[in-house]
Amino acid sequence: MPRDALGVLSEIKRSFITKQLKEGKRGDGRGLLDFREATITTNYVPRAAGSAMVKLGRTRVLAGVKIESGEPFPDTPNSGVLTTNVELLPMAFPTFEAGPPNETSIEIARVVDRGIRESKMIDTQKLVIEPGKKVWIVFVDINIMDFDGNLIDACTLAAVSALRSAFIPASKEGGKDMPLPVDQIPVSVTMVKIGDELVCDPDLEEEQLGSARVTVTTTEDGHIRAMQKGDTGNFTLEEIKKAIKISSDTGATLRKKYFS
Amino acid sequence: MAEIKQIVMPGDLISEELGKPRNGVYKNSDGRYCSSYFGIIQKNDQGVDVVPFSGKYIPRRGDKVIGKVLEVGPSMWPVDINSTYNTLLHMNDTPWRTTSGDIKRFLGVGDYVYAKIMTLNEIKESWITLKDVGLRKLEGGHITSIPAPKVPRIIGKGGSMVNMIKDATNTRIVVGQNGLIWIDGTPEDVIEAIAAISIVEQEAHTVGLTDRMEKYLKERSVK
Amino acid sequence: MGSESNIKLLDESGMRLDGRTPEQLRPIKIETNLLERADGSAYIEWGGNKIMVAVYGPREAYPKHTQDIEKAVVKARYNMAAFSVDERKRPGPDRRSVEISKVISEALSSAIMVEQFPRAQIDVFIEVMQADAGTRIAGLTAASVAVASAGIPMRDMVVGCTAGKVEGKVVLDLSKEEDNFGQADLPIAVLSKSKKIVLIQMDGDLSLEEFDQASEMIMKATDNIAEIQRNALTSRYSVENIGDGE
Repeated sequence: MPRDALGVLSEIKRSFITKQLKEGKRGDGRGLLDFREATITTNYVPRAAGSAMVKLGRTRVLAGVKIESGEPFPDTPNSGVLTTNVELLPMAFPTFEAGPPNETSIEIARVVDRGIRESKMIDTQKLVIEPGKKVWIVFVDINIMDFDGNLIDACTLAAVSALRSAFIPASKEGGKDMPLPVDQIPVSVTMVKIGDELVCDPDLEEEQLGSARVTVTTTEDGHIRAMQKGDTGNFTLEEIKKAIKISSDTGATLRKKYFS
Repeated sequence: MAEIKQIVMPGDLISEELGKPRNGVYKNSDGRYCSSYFGIIQKNDQGVDVVPFSGKYIPRRGDKVIGKVLEVGPSMWPVDINSTYNTLLHMNDTPWRTTSGDIKRFLGVGDYVYAKIMTLNEIKESWITLKDVGLRKLEGGHITSIPAPKVPRIIGKGGSMVNMIKDATNTRIVVGQNGLIWIDGTPEDVIEAIAAISIVEQEAHTVGLTDRMEKYLKERSVK
Repeated sequence: MGSESNIKLLDESGMRLDGRTPEQLRPIKIETNLLERADGSAYIEWGGNKIMVAVYGPREAYPKHTQDIEKAVVKARYNMAAFSVDERKRPGPDRRSVEISKVISEALSSAIMVEQFPRAQIDVFIEVMQADAGTRIAGLTAASVAVASAGIPMRDMVVGCTAGKVEGKVVLDLSKEEDNFGQADLPIAVLSKSKKIVLIQMDGDLSLEEFDQASEMIMKATDNIAEIQRNALTSRYSVENIGDGE
């Protein structure tokens, strides 16, 4: 049964939303596959190497990038490092608590990270300062400031935007500052299943109504780079295939809209 | 060699030709009946059940169970009945004249009671009572346990199995619906009875168990 | 996904390093009820994976604020032993195991009739003693057996398999080398009969056609693995394993 921080999602809202869905409409008037309008403000925090404040509907997240020199991992001596972290700030929702990362924030961070990593957005080979000894470490920290559903897509949008605006402080290592080399643009599209319908970019109420969630991250070539199913419901293989198609189509639209 | 009853897994279809589907069976999204458990198919006059091989006791109102006192409160005893949830015994539901704060002298931590499930709500909170014939604090004897789903096999049709074991081993036996069993007699007889019970438990899924147990117990008593 | 390597993962005829065909599973063996204390348990060997699963419950959920008044909460804990991998792993939960624990808990919740046990929790401890690629799926497949053996009601069994891409070819059930140096990894777990997907993750690079091929391979393989689950559970109740009263 869906519930929010303060109790159960009201029965009135539940039946309103499900009735609308049968007509192919959303509670807020959107079509089933429509994303909420996103506002992306890059360089929001100039002190960071790169940053982006993203509002996706009423969900608001802030991604900041810091790039520092450090040691590479022993098993990848000739490659820079990317690390992604998500923090659910207590200001974002009544039940979010300060403290170490929990399974929700870890899952979001890892799905966002996977999309960026597997799309080869960042050429980590180009982040080597001294092979085997010193490389650039790219820290992506994402703060959740206001929560109204679909954190994974909001965080991917923010992380990708921040990385695209980031520069490497190479002057600290005797070189010249330069933009972070980025290539592919991964776009994640998250859907929830409500009844038998797949609904893109769910808001909080839709997330609570959904039985299962799936995220598919694609690149411009239409290839799948990351996937993640969540929640206790299930999907048929056909629904997953449909979700992949929706993601690659919607992803192309979003890529064009926000990154060209 | 014994014949075994049909074993099913969760999700296996249960043919309606076997009888009216009852316990341990659910209707899937296609409207077909399926097993909820890893267990055996048990047919009887009322219909067909799937009986799991193991599992916790699920309380039902009116069941007589054996429970162990876990704590002593001012007016209540929380009691472990081999279930997902502990149950409660209130001092007013005992035959004793007690006053609040002074109930420990009647039942202490670790004591066993033979009690009846009196009430049960939808979030599985339950209360037991000692106010009925035969219900009491259990003293002396010994306690053994089996998985609750196998209790009907230990009891047998109309008590046939447990009575057979009682007679053959010269013991008094109280079987709780929750799988706890109290046995009283000489230590040798109690051990004999426990051995017999454990055979029934291990072969609960076989056909013709009563006959085999009869033979087993007869041979034992000759020795 | 994996880093570049010089190892050739497929030979000219498409055979794999360990001699398997692209659609061949590694050997799988499951045993049940090895642990005395747990309410249900299972042990799985899948290739070089050695994983023990113990189930406790349903029991009342503690601390109390974790209780759900309407259903049982499934708490899987996936844990890798420090010695389970080549380089010693620091003991305790890391981010990867927290994520895996979450998706496994959710997958099991899809199958277990959690609504029968308000306020309760079902603990599923998955201990990876030796890891050899595909541990989350092997652990989940064994966990389903352990839950069934605990007598917990389920709508269906959960069974899974992985597929991936190595050297541009889609193959079933990645080995450790294929996992390390391959181009994609796709673990899927389904409800055994309905084939509804309860766990899916993917990382790497797959085209839509490659996804179709990989998912089809997995679906086919789950039938075989489900049979292994069934045999593991039923064998100890088979005719050979009961005496006739003596």
